[in-house]
Amino acid sequence: MTISFNDETFRDDYTFHNSPAAIRRFPFPFDQDSYMYSVNLEPHAGGREGTPFQKRFDVDEHYVAEMKDRAITLADDPLRCQSLPHMELAGWDFLELVMTSKAEDYPDLFTLNRDGDRWHWINRPLGIEQRFTFLDPTTLPCGPLEYITRQTQGDHALLDQRDDNLWMEAGMITSQADWSLDFDIGMNFYEWHAPVPRAHELGVFQRALKFLLALQQGAPSRRLNWTMTVNPRLDTSPENYHKWGPEKRTITPENVGSKQHLRVELQTLWRLPRSNAIAFPIRCYLLSLEDIVSQPKWGRRLHRVLRDLPDELAEYKGFAVNRPMIVDYLSRFDDGAPTSPGIFPD
Amino acid sequence: MNALELRVAAVDPISPLVTRFRFEHPEGATLPPFSGGAHVVVEMPDDGILRRNAYSLISDPLDGRAYEIAVRREDTGRGGSRFMHHRVKAGDMLRVTRPINLFSLDLRARKHVLIGGGIGITPFLAQLAQLTRLQAPFELHYAARTRSEAAGLSLLPDMPQVHVHISDEGNRMDLGAILGHQPLGTHVYTCGPEGLIAAVDDTAARLGWPRGALHSEAFLAPPPGTPFAVTLASGRRIEVGPHESLLEALEAAEVPVDWSCRGGACGRCETRVAACHGRIEHNDHWLTDDEKAAQTKIMPCVSRFAGETLTLDL
Repeated sequence: MTISFNDETFRDDYTFHNSPAAIRRFPFPFDQDSYMYSVNLEPHAGGREGTPFQKRFDVDEHYVAEMKDRAITLADDPLRCQSLPHMELAGWDFLELVMTSKAEDYPDLFTLNRDGDRWHWINRPLGIEQRFTFLDPTTLPCGPLEYITRQTQGDHALLDQRDDNLWMEAGMITSQADWSLDFDIGMNFYEWHAPVPRAHELGVFQRALKFLLALQQGAPSRRLNWTMTVNPRLDTSPENYHKWGPEKRTITPENVGSKQHLRVELQTLWRLPRSNAIAFPIRCYLLSLEDIVSQPKWGRRLHRVLRDLPDELAEYKGFAVNRPMIVDYLSRFDDGAPTSPGIFPD
Repeated sequence: MNALELRVAAVDPISPLVTRFRFEHPEGATLPPFSGGAHVVVEMPDDGILRRNAYSLISDPLDGRAYEIAVRREDTGRGGSRFMHHRVKAGDMLRVTRPINLFSLDLRARKHVLIGGGIGITPFLAQLAQLTRLQAPFELHYAARTRSEAAGLSLLPDMPQVHVHISDEGNRMDLGAILGHQPLGTHVYTCGPEGLIAAVDDTAARLGWPRGALHSEAFLAPPPGTPFAVTLASGRRIEVGPHESLLEALEAAEVPVDWSCRGGACGRCETRVAACHGRIEHNDHWLTDDEKAAQTKIMPCVSRFAGETLTLDL
C-alpha cells in the first residue's frame, strides 16, 4: 500500500482533513453507549486489516504534515523534547524499536540496513537518509530520542522503572491534550496522574501500575483514550493555552459539526530491552463531528456517551462549556436504534 | 506465554555443582537483547510434569548470538535443577521465555557497587558486561565462607574491579569498609542469601545511605513442604504435592493463572483468597506484612498452606 500524504496544517488556517478511507479507519474509542474509566489494556499484537491497530507504529495520510507541525512546535519551544542523562540508553532502545518496526511493516517507505553497529536508515516520505553508529550519539544530528521521534507520529514518553514505580524522565511531547513534559518530567506514575478525577477512588491506577511493572519485552500492550478539541490542533499544550483556550468560545450551533473534533489517543506500551525502561507512544487521531456522523453507528453512540457523561469528566476533558451544543448537534443523528457491539463502523 | 524455542548449544560443567547452559536460536537468528539483571524462565518437560524455573542470564546483554545461564544443582529441591543437570544435553530444544528484568541497574548512579554471595553472583555477570560497555564506574564483591562453597567463583571474569572474599582464607568481606568510602551517588546491589541482603541493608542504614540507593534480589525457588489441598470457586479440589508448588499444581490441573517471575517477586500471579481456615505460608516478597497477616491474598508461585480449608477465587 502506498500512502498519499495530505498537504495540510494543524494551526492557523487549519486545512487538516480526513479522506473517506481515513474516516472509516478512525479508532473510535467507545465499544458501548456509555463510558467510564477502566484499565482497558489489550495486547498490541496486530489487528483488523487497514486499521490503526494493524502495524506496530501506524503511518497514515497525516504523517508528513504532522512531522512538519512538530518541527514548528519544537522551533518555538525546544523543551518539548527532553531526556534526563540516564535515559539516553532508553532513547537508543526506542530508536531501534521504531526503525526495525517501520522497516519491516512499511518496506516501501522505510529501509534499515545494519552492519554490526553501523546502521543506514532511509525515510522516503521525509526524504531522509542517515548513516550512523548505533549507541554513538555523535553520529546523529541530535539525541537518539529526538532523532527518531521527529520522524514518528504521536507523542512519546520514556518511563524509567525503579522502586516499584515508573518515572517519566524523557519524552517528545508536542501533540498533547493539555499536559506538559516540562512540568511532569521527573514525576512518578501517581504524581503525573494526580489531576485525573475519580480514577484514584476506583483503584484504576494501582491496577494499571501493577500491570505495567510486569510488562514484558516482546509483548506490547495498547489502549484507547479520548478527549475533545476545538479545531484540528495538535499542540494543545498548557504552554500555548492562550492560543487554543479562547478557540473553545468560537463554537456556534452552525459550526460545531466542522470545528469540534473528537481526539482519540492510541496509546501503546513497550518494554525496552537494553534499558528496561518502558516506552509510551501516544498517537493522536482527530475526527470532526461532521465526519463522525457519516458513520451512523458512531453518531448515535457518541451522542449517548456525551449526553450521559458525569459532569466532572466533561470538565476534566475540557469540553463542559460546549457540551450542550455538542449533544444537541449529535442528537439529530440519533434515531434511537440500537448500536452494534464493538468499535468498528457498520 | 511469550517464549522462544531455543536449541541447547553447549553444556559446560564449571564446578562440581554448577553447570553453564548456552542457548541459541535453531536457525541462527539473533536473540532479543536484554538488560543486566534479567532472567528467563526455562520450561522443563519432566516425565509428565512441566517444570518452570527462572535463571538469571549471565551472557553479554548486547551479544544476540546466545543466552547463557548457570544452574546450581539443588539435590533437595523440587527437581528442576536436577533435570537440567542430568537430562539436558547439547542439541536439545527447550522453551525459554523472553528476558524479564526485576533487578535492573539504576542508570542514575554515579557508581555501582555489586555485592554477591553463593549462586547470587549470576545477575551481576551480565551487569558487568553492561557496565563495562557503558563505561560506568563499578566494583564487584563476591563473598563465600570457603573456596569450595564459592559456586560462582569460576564464572567471574578477571578484572581489577572484581574482589573475592573467602572467610576461611582470612579475607572476610568487610561491608563497613566497602560501603563506608563510596562517593555520593553510588548505588549498591545485593544478591544472595537473605542474611547477606540484611547485612548490607543494616550497614548502609548505619552509614546513612539513602534507601533509594539500595537494591536487592533474593531469588526464591519455591520451597518444598508438606502436601496440602486448595478448593476453587467452582468447588473443585486441587492437591499440591510436597515437591510441587501451588502454581504448578494449578497448571497441571489446567487452571489458568498469570505469572511472570515464579519467584515471589513480581506480583503477577497474585490470587484472591475467598476463605481460609488455617495458615498461609507466605514465602513471597510481594505482599506487604499487613496483606500477609490478612490472609486474603496468596502468591501461588512460592506460597503454601497448612490447615483445614483454603478456597481460592479462581
